Amino acid sequence: MSAEAPTPAHVKGGIGQSILRKEDARFLRGKGNYVDDIKLPGMLYLDITRSPYAHAKITAIRTEKALKVPGVLAVITGKDLEAAGLAWMPTLMSDKQMVLPVDTVMYQAQEVVGVVADSRYAAADGAAAVEVDYEPLPVVVDPFKALAPGAPVIRTDRKEQSNHIWHWETGDKAGTDESFRASEVTVSQDLYIPRIHVSSMETCGCIAQMDPVNGRFTIYMTTQAPHAIRTVFALVTGLPEQNIRVISPDIGGGFGGKVPVYPGYVIASVASIKTGRPVKWIEDRSENLQADSFARDYHIHAEVAATKDGKVTALKVKTVADHGYTDAAANPSKFPAGLFHIITGSYPFAKAFVEVDAAYTNKPPGGIAYRCSFRVTEAVYTIERMMDILAHKLKVDPAELRLKNFIPPEAFPFKSTLGWTYDSGNYAGALKKAMEIIDYAGLRREQAEKRRKGELMGIGISSFTEIVGAGPSQQFDILGIKMFDSAEVRIHPTGKIIARFGTKSQGQGHETTYAQILAEELGIPADDIRVEEGDSDTAPYGLGTYASRSTPTAGAAASMAARKIREKARKIAAHLLEVSVDDVEWKDYAFRVKGVPSKSKTMQEVAFAAYTNHPQGMEAGLEAIDYYDPPNMTFPFGSYICVVDIDKDTGQVKVRRFVAVDDCGTIINPMIVDGQIHGGLTMGLAPSLLEEIQYDADGNIHGGSFMDYLVPTAIETPRWETAKTVTPSPHHPIGAKGVGESATVGAPPAIVNAVVDALQPYGVEHIDIPIHPWKVWQILHAGPPKTG
Amino acid sequence: MAASARPIAPAASLTSGGAPAVTVRVTINGSPVTAEVEPRTLLVHFLREVVGLTGTHIGCDTSNCGACTVHLDGKPVKSCTVLAVQANGREVRTVEGLEVGGKLSPVQQAFFEEHGLQCGFCTPGMMMTATALLAKNSNPTDAEVRDAIRGNLCRCTGYVNIVKAIQLAGKKMQSAAPAGGSP
Repeated sequence: MSAEAPTPAHVKGGIGQSILRKEDARFLRGKGNYVDDIKLPGMLYLDITRSPYAHAKITAIRTEKALKVPGVLAVITGKDLEAAGLAWMPTLMSDKQMVLPVDTVMYQAQEVVGVVADSRYAAADGAAAVEVDYEPLPVVVDPFKALAPGAPVIRTDRKEQSNHIWHWETGDKAGTDESFRASEVTVSQDLYIPRIHVSSMETCGCIAQMDPVNGRFTIYMTTQAPHAIRTVFALVTGLPEQNIRVISPDIGGGFGGKVPVYPGYVIASVASIKTGRPVKWIEDRSENLQADSFARDYHIHAEVAATKDGKVTALKVKTVADHGYTDAAANPSKFPAGLFHIITGSYPFAKAFVEVDAAYTNKPPGGIAYRCSFRVTEAVYTIERMMDILAHKLKVDPAELRLKNFIPPEAFPFKSTLGWTYDSGNYAGALKKAMEIIDYAGLRREQAEKRRKGELMGIGISSFTEIVGAGPSQQFDILGIKMFDSAEVRIHPTGKIIARFGTKSQGQGHETTYAQILAEELGIPADDIRVEEGDSDTAPYGLGTYASRSTPTAGAAASMAARKIREKARKIAAHLLEVSVDDVEWKDYAFRVKGVPSKSKTMQEVAFAAYTNHPQGMEAGLEAIDYYDPPNMTFPFGSYICVVDIDKDTGQVKVRRFVAVDDCGTIINPMIVDGQIHGGLTMGLAPSLLEEIQYDADGNIHGGSFMDYLVPTAIETPRWETAKTVTPSPHHPIGAKGVGESATVGAPPAIVNAVVDALQPYGVEHIDIPIHPWKVWQILHAGPPKTG
Repeated sequence: MAASARPIAPAASLTSGGAPAVTVRVTINGSPVTAEVEPRTLLVHFLREVVGLTGTHIGCDTSNCGACTVHLDGKPVKSCTVLAVQANGREVRTVEGLEVGGKLSPVQQAFFEEHGLQCGFCTPGMMMTATALLAKNSNPTDAEVRDAIRGNLCRCTGYVNIVKAIQLAGKKMQSAAPAGGSP
């Protein structure tokens, strides 16, 4: 299976090779080490009693019956936590979140009482035996109603006494308004991107272990960011940081859902401190779906101005963001609406103005990623829908409109009107490639034929630009901690490597791809490189894995650390070759005497010498560490084309073909990149056609289990077709951009554009996602098709 | 794997002094196991916590996701909705029982070669379903594979490479050719 590099000089497992994954050995045998697989001596189990109400005053909590359940050892209430100053905890966005409520619950399924027992079943029995009296309060689930005058105030603890959290805006308001006044053509559209849930196959959980004798606190935890979590724990609890160890074992998918600190982690920690024993908390799927942080929930109004010949000029966007009862979004601290201002997309808008108002509602926290870099999906969906709406208004082909407007390749680095400097791109190249693969012209002919016969076929395009790899320390921090990431590389005497990283794979294959970067940089086969992540005691500090940042940051750190090693190794090589350092160059994976390439030393020979025969006066050893502060974000892009057929009898949308042309810069492992795209596309399909978390007027969640929340199966998922263009990032050491999320970001507008295109005969301008059959059926039965 | 070489000693008990325990005798991956459990003990908890075979995962509790799929008398079942007592006197095969004599099964080998797994959490259940499918039909079409794994959710792979892997495994089973290198 492994494709060898075409050049004569290559290293086994270097960059560009589809080597098979190192981590698979354990997963294939059922020997992964997920948090629920870990069992510690004397371990107890935590279960949680949750609120049936979305908003209610707690008038009494009675735990006597729970404490009488055989096996139950302790209960923990909000009042217990309040005494320790832990009833509330800070969020990443400088808001605060309840660990356990003292007197009021603010969303359905909120944690109310923790019950600790000597078995999983006894803990569940205990949680069911807790009695809580509630007095229901008025519920607000609609963010527009929440922001209306006279709405019941959800967060009475805040001095503002309002459901308005913040207003954020960027761009040139006056200039944008002026552009719109002067424009020849404008289009506008309301777009709702509903609340969705990441639903990683593994739910969240932890084992907290306080060692009262040594004062050491260890937590095995489903976290994408173990180091940042350790610091947050230290700051919140006052425990000395060196006594806190956060271990992120194998993670069964993250997608942003394992970035936040959930109440369960903290309750388990308190329970361990209280009992002196390890305490395991593993949420079940319903708890995971109902109470863990959600994504999206953006109500967007967008307007685009253009010339009558189809050149876009200005963009105006006004958004209401539903954050639930607290702003616990997982964003860089300076960006309350994330990187939503990538919304000008692949087009050179001269003017733009974007504003977002955030609201509290009686829902669990929102604002996490769902496989996306901080609101980039919302931005891409908006601009790529608006381009189609503009194309329709101008009666031009959506591909032609895009090709007419794209930022041209020669314009890079390109400064967008909202302030980003795009590193590199060739947008027309990607779209033309996708059009060629799918035979766009042929599809349009087929569509015209089908329309004559009354059949519904649609073609949708999305030409997205992402912004990932957070991020440069001038702008990017989380609670003040700069968003660098790290690699520590040690070459041992026999030429084998252990490398440790500040990130944490959740299935992305870091153990393989990082090894490939190091293999390429150091000439040591990937098989001889062991990659470790996730233990805050051993790995260098880093901000973790989310927002497609691992390759742009820690992957870059791997290269930089390797190059530091090469500098020292070159001196050792010169010593071994008995020439001056200036006469030695690193070429074709070895140190060679300039002009005499056959006179050479391998990195393995140098490594041995670094411990056995290093030059006098030089330190022994061969290792380096790098904390990489990226000079810019990276801007992956691509063009997707989707073909749908709609069943007129049922309203069912069937994705017939989907061609994804991605450009993520240099490709480290083509097999893994394709796997990331396949998964990302499926998580783009999901909210387009299937997934939505809804609430009724009383704040009852609909979709609180996999019976109701429709994660795509193999039946709904089409056979994805992928292709690549390669436009390296000019500022990344190996030119890579990150790829884990592109497809989730890029796919939804392609699918929706295709469905709306199919329904053109019915005069449809827009359908909000998810486009389930009932929505389509209503359109088909609202009246006869319009002509023209 | 060692699991088939010797009887597995019960590692722990799930009982907490509540309901009276019952004795369950199950053959797991070829080895007899006897343990005292609460009558309500789910087969998945029995496997994971009593027997200590943690390769079988829990993903949903409602039999939608299939991460807990094992074979009961050769038939795939979702062990989160089977009681341990229902397995009494019967044979259970888990992911740990796929590898024989240090050699990956064709399904395991094909998942490796086709990159049919990412986070690995759904993989054991997916492979058990695939193994059961291929025992009946070693040359399934794309549609037949997708139909067979419709009860197994994967959030990472988009199923493309899982389908390819299952078809490749079928080919491996059909041909006598030895499999390639194992991970």
